[in-house]
Amino acid sequence: MAQGKLAGRKVTLHDMTLRDGMHAKREQIPVEMMVKIASGLDAARVPYLQVTHGAGLGGNSIQHGRALASNAEYISAVAAVVKQARISVLLIPGLGTMRELQEAYDAGARSVHVATHSTEADTSPQHIAFARKLGMDTTGFLMMAHLNDARGLTEQALLMESYGAQTVYVTDSAGYMLTDDVTEAISRMRDALRPETGIGFHGHHNLGLGIANSIAAIAAGASRIDASLAGLGAGAGNAPMEVLAAVCDRMGIETGVDTFALMDLAEDVVVPMMDTIVRVDRESLTLGFAGVYSTFLFPARRAAKRFGVPARDILIELGRKKMIGGQEDMIQDTAMSMARERGLL
Amino acid sequence: MTGKLRVAIVGSGNIGTDLLYKLKRSPLLEPVWMVGIDAASEGLARAREMGLKTTHDGVDGLVPHVLADDIRIAFDATSAYVHPENSRKLNELGVLMVDLTPAAIGPLCVPPVNLRQIAASGGQMNVNMISCAGQATIPIVAAVAAVQPVDYAEIIASLSSLSVGPGTRANLDEFTATTSNALEKVGGARRGKALAVINPADPPLIMRNTIYCEVEGTPDREAITDSVLKMIEQVQVYVPGYRLVNGPDFEGNRVAVFMEVAGLGDYLPTYAGNLDIMTAAAARTAEMFAQGILDGTITLTRPETV
Repeated sequence: MAQGKLAGRKVTLHDMTLRDGMHAKREQIPVEMMVKIASGLDAARVPYLQVTHGAGLGGNSIQHGRALASNAEYISAVAAVVKQARISVLLIPGLGTMRELQEAYDAGARSVHVATHSTEADTSPQHIAFARKLGMDTTGFLMMAHLNDARGLTEQALLMESYGAQTVYVTDSAGYMLTDDVTEAISRMRDALRPETGIGFHGHHNLGLGIANSIAAIAAGASRIDASLAGLGAGAGNAPMEVLAAVCDRMGIETGVDTFALMDLAEDVVVPMMDTIVRVDRESLTLGFAGVYSTFLFPARRAAKRFGVPARDILIELGRKKMIGGQEDMIQDTAMSMARERGLL
Repeated sequence: MTGKLRVAIVGSGNIGTDLLYKLKRSPLLEPVWMVGIDAASEGLARAREMGLKTTHDGVDGLVPHVLADDIRIAFDATSAYVHPENSRKLNELGVLMVDLTPAAIGPLCVPPVNLRQIAASGGQMNVNMISCAGQATIPIVAAVAAVQPVDYAEIIASLSSLSVGPGTRANLDEFTATTSNALEKVGGARRGKALAVINPADPPLIMRNTIYCEVEGTPDREAITDSVLKMIEQVQVYVPGYRLVNGPDFEGNRVAVFMEVAGLGDYLPTYAGNLDIMTAAAARTAEMFAQGILDGTITLTRPETV
């Protein structure tokens, strides 16, 4: 069977099960389960796996929920068992700090996504420079990419490159981007960035486009793709890792991972631990349709139950108000205001 | 001594200019000097139009005139890096420093919480205004802590992108650390954590602040609500756009208060409530000291009187 034009392309897969997946588990993945999944990913030759609270370093909070263990505890437990995989962390300036990055490094992390909203790259220079100083593999991670256009994203990517980022990501936090949007943004970035600067894509499956957008990103010049086992991640999840690996195999894209091992890990370990099946349902589809930060899903459901306003209505309103990642407090605030307008509070 | 106390503003950017408008209305303070570092600065030109003396040589350009022009208080709206030197040079001349940078050399001040106490303690030559997030949230934490012990306070400040300058952007760790520390030191929480989010929405969003407190024991709903509402009124005296949007909401031992801060729109647009609450708090602080100096209850030691 013909493999097509991408045959021979090398792509680095970056696992998100133990970070974005924390959102889907409301931050309640036990350390032993992290170790078990990380060992499986390591054995399946996944080169990078991210391990932290869903909101990254500094994430343990009322705003973002409290995990079962500290980030340092999770990272050091995983670092003790992985043989080849590099452990990465998420750092969102304004929430996480350089002190916490140092702690993560000391616990064994060697790669970091330094994440900002897609228009605010200039809040990251200190953190990117500090990560480089530590010798970490350093990525600039432009979240909610759909709220900037291809030209704007490229300007932001150039800023992150200038601060020292070795890879810059288009991060579709809301699972809102259509395949053409991904192609346009990454093509433009590929033309503008230095050849040695990598480009990554992080998708959410809210419109069912997790795999298609990842492949479009690769075709446009991305060389790193974030994915998670069985899609375990915020909203309708990330691009499912085992599916992406299988599609890459079929297309001749070289990922170096053991696809069958990932299929087994997804089916035998990750799916059984899901509290609710991560899939495109009414609310996660609303995220993708209205352009809302995927992590807002559970807090919106919770607020819906407490204040009697449907989750979909709350999410649509948050999208209309252009709320971004980190503004989880505005979910309850918005639900309360809507409940009052409707005479429920 | 009667009349107004003469003051200088160091830093001719957005904050310094907005502060100038507020000081022009003050019954106790008379802005006399505006200090910048760029001859072409729009802020310096505006200050000249408003009748102030200006220099673009930084604090060194002001120092020779301090005694002759009888400058008693200076506001520093530059950066944490240059503040210590600015403060040293002006303190030597008996000038009280109101610090709007995160340098935090002097006591941390939130007017309705501890200004009276700081002013009464005597001998203060430097007072720090913490951060905009601190000014917007610490009053609420203190209001809860006045009712029952606060084990943990967490605040989230959402700022519109256009209102956050390059200094804050490049130093977010400093911003959150300064604010977290003040939630404990001034707010009275045992542990504090501050989060900042910069939102680029257009039209710009008005500054929002959410304050969570986890209290010891079951929250006394009535007393906490009463205390919070009274505190909001006290902030509204100098920041009229300080408004309760939702709450206080109680869930278990958690108290949540959702605030909005609209600015007066003096120089900066109303959405930039974060900048307005800083300049308003700084002006309020200086007025309290000015009242004491004019009454003779506070004495600033000046070289010629030594």
